[in-house]
Amino acid sequence: MEQQTLTEHKGAPTSYGIYVLIWLALMALTAITAVVAGINLAAFTLVIALLIALVKSSLVVNVFMHVKYEDKIFKIFVAIAGGVLSVIFLLTFADVYFRR
Amino acid sequence: MSEISLPESAKHTGHAGHPKKDVHGIKMGMWLFLMTELLLFSGMFLLYSAYRYFYTKEFHEAAMYTHTLFGTVNTMVLLTSSLTMALSITALERGKKWLSVTFLSSTIALGLGFLVIKYVEWSTEIHEGIYPGSPMLFKHPRGFELFFAMYYLMTGLHGLHVLVGCGLLTVMLIFIIKGKITQEDSVRLEAAGLYWHLIDIIWIFLFPLFYLVN
Repeated sequence: MEQQTLTEHKGAPTSYGIYVLIWLALMALTAITAVVAGINLAAFTLVIALLIALVKSSLVVNVFMHVKYEDKIFKIFVAIAGGVLSVIFLLTFADVYFRR
Repeated sequence: MSEISLPESAKHTGHAGHPKKDVHGIKMGMWLFLMTELLLFSGMFLLYSAYRYFYTKEFHEAAMYTHTLFGTVNTMVLLTSSLTMALSITALERGKKWLSVTFLSSTIALGLGFLVIKYVEWSTEIHEGIYPGSPMLFKHPRGFELFFAMYYLMTGLHGLHVLVGCGLLTVMLIFIIKGKITQEDSVRLEAAGLYWHLIDIIWIFLFPLFYLVN
């Protein structure tokens, strides 16, 4: 891992190994999601499933979509878009909740 | 001397086909497009959330009618296709053209496999009498109909994206074979890869919302 981060500067191809590792993590998280759904944790089931989905998507964005290795401008761009989306979701949820 | 060589080198940076493309600009453009796609799906995720809040019990019961096995297998198929997509880019960047072609072909095959499984899944459900406006759904409380309306709308639009993605990747495959996308000029493959990964991300969220509510 240490060596990989040293050699993986911008422009250099990402190693096959790191992709396979991330893929294994994604498969494991999918299995966990399916298993957790079987256990009745009431309201927490959905929260856990969505948290796992967030972790999975951040792995895909950072490694598969290469944001981790890109210039700062890409990170800022993705972060702003994510921030705006979460504000839209939060405001809509608040609206729906207090409207009832 | 330097005045003559300067416009010479400047020429090389500007034109398409030259080794120096605006790689950053191309990728940023793709990201911008992906954001609009994200907004398109976000609207539906919001609608789903609001309906789920108002019809919590019905959504729970309706979700038991979706086939978790189909959903889980399709999640794994799509995640694996994302892996082969990423590997294809690395292979090309290392100059291994045919390895890249192999990985990219696997990605397309997995994408088509996803659609085949989706077809079998939808057929099974339609056969069971579950489709928008079906008499079977009208016998249940209103939340059932809304759940399956969202289900067909969101997985349908997602499936359409997979289909478009397969088409896009096929074009990239031809470009690589014909030598139009090369080790030195791989940005178009990277941009297509970004689109494919976004489709994967959307499915990552669709999966728990439609298949794992029980």
